[in-house]
Amino acid sequence: MSDPRELYQQVILEHNKKPRNFGKLEACTHHADGQNPLCGDEIELTLLVQAGLVQDLKFQGHGCAISQASSSLMTTAVKGKPVAEAELMIEQFREMIRGTLDPAKDANILGKLSLFRGVKDLPSRVKCAVLPWVTLHAALKGEETASTE
Amino acid sequence: MQTTTPLDIAKIREDFPILARPYKDRRLVYLDSAVSGLMPRAVNERIAYYQAFEHTNVHRGVSQLSQEATDRFEEAREKVRSFLNAPSNKQIIWTRGTTESINLVAQTYGRQHVHAGDEILLSAMEHHSNLVPWQLLAEERGAKLRVIPMNDAGELLLDNLEELITERTRILGVTQVSNVLGTINPVKEIIARAHAKGVPVLVDGAQAVPHMVVDVQDLDADFYVFSGHKLMGPTGIGVLYGKKEHLDAMPPWQGGGSMILSVSWEKTTFIGPPGKFEAGTPPIAQAIGLGAAIDYVRSLGLDLIAAHGHELLDYATARVRQIPGLRVIGEAKEKASVLSFVLEGVHPHDVGTILDYEGIVVRAGHHCAQPVMKRLNIPATTRASFACFNDRDDVDALVEGILKVKEIFG
Repeated sequence: MSDPRELYQQVILEHNKKPRNFGKLEACTHHADGQNPLCGDEIELTLLVQAGLVQDLKFQGHGCAISQASSSLMTTAVKGKPVAEAELMIEQFREMIRGTLDPAKDANILGKLSLFRGVKDLPSRVKCAVLPWVTLHAALKGEETASTE
Repeated sequence: MQTTTPLDIAKIREDFPILARPYKDRRLVYLDSAVSGLMPRAVNERIAYYQAFEHTNVHRGVSQLSQEATDRFEEAREKVRSFLNAPSNKQIIWTRGTTESINLVAQTYGRQHVHAGDEILLSAMEHHSNLVPWQLLAEERGAKLRVIPMNDAGELLLDNLEELITERTRILGVTQVSNVLGTINPVKEIIARAHAKGVPVLVDGAQAVPHMVVDVQDLDADFYVFSGHKLMGPTGIGVLYGKKEHLDAMPPWQGGGSMILSVSWEKTTFIGPPGKFEAGTPPIAQAIGLGAAIDYVRSLGLDLIAAHGHELLDYATARVRQIPGLRVIGEAKEKASVLSFVLEGVHPHDVGTILDYEGIVVRAGHHCAQPVMKRLNIPATTRASFACFNDRDDVDALVEGILKVKEIFG
């Protein structure tokens, strides 16, 4: 990538500016704090899981545009979906960032999330994009904390 | 436009091969010397020559080769002694860097003197390297860390220093130049006031030595530490200077070869400083490289480097201040050439990433100084730092880059 706009696409910038599902669920069944120790980004994720569905989820925290937009887009992608589908998204998102899944060629359910594919070329920013997904994975497993380290 | 200082920047730039490499298809704008200095060709060549033609282990054997390696290694120590104006080269101890120097002091002098209920006094703007080693010691000993506060501009509040130094204070640690804020602290005054109450002072000189002439005797520092790579030398080498009476009384740190007088199964006796603190084979090429870096810096003249740094800092500060939404972090009256800032609505990591696309290398993050970030209520900053090879074109590129960040983030 030679143009920063390939990374900082409009949708990412817009979600950074106006994050969706920002805040904390008062009544939640799952909760996890995620941390990227290297850069200090932090997110707190609260989920309401009922009858095998992620009925609702919210995030709050601070970090760069990549981690904020990734968190926001993740909540919109996962909300209302079966837990099994959320877990598949976690797996596919990580594969995309690792470069083992090309959303243009390989079958996937990532939809808009494929906006983040450019991150695979920026090793220093991979953890920013992955932080909310690592945190979601931890929350669904019943773990209270997650770290990108 | 070139700077008006007497350094010939165009000529100096030719000394740094890395500045001629293409970076992101454009001129490399390196504004990150506070993280690590670039290495001039002379240093690189000196290290390569040593490795190719002079190398064997030092302080061992009877060969001429070993003697030559030892001579070159000890000559480098003498260069450091002269650079710091230390009384004797026996007071110059090689370490891996600033961090290791401070850990050495904490684990030898510190363990001897810090006990339950004692206090270690540090400034609010310390790098983690001058905080964590003391915190580990304090936890081990049941001692307490106390902090010299600072104001919002990033200046230490010293009016009540005598109240912070209590009869339980065993050591005071302070950085001469803040790596985040650029603040030059009045360490000579701090040392005098600490000594008046019988407290020794360790000065972290990592960010100071590239920018100013340091005289450890004039400062009356008990310990002074710095890293080679911030002074345009190689990584893996650092310096601990200590007053003779401290070094003589301190126990060895690591045990092994080179630091012993005699060894038997019953008892080992040790040689005096500096060898007592230099167990094992030292970083020989790196020490010689640091010596060459000192030669290089002195050939340019530290006074001229400092003047050039100030001129660029003033120019850069004036220019970035005109960017709407940009706030300079660290507005001390006395500053070295470090410029930290935050941009409204844009995280410093995003600023750093976009600047990198433009070929501009800066540091973005908490700068290993999380308590400083917390004190100023910011998560991170973007930091540009200036060295002898930077010019106004670099500053102009930075300003253009910041404007690009603003354009992208709307």
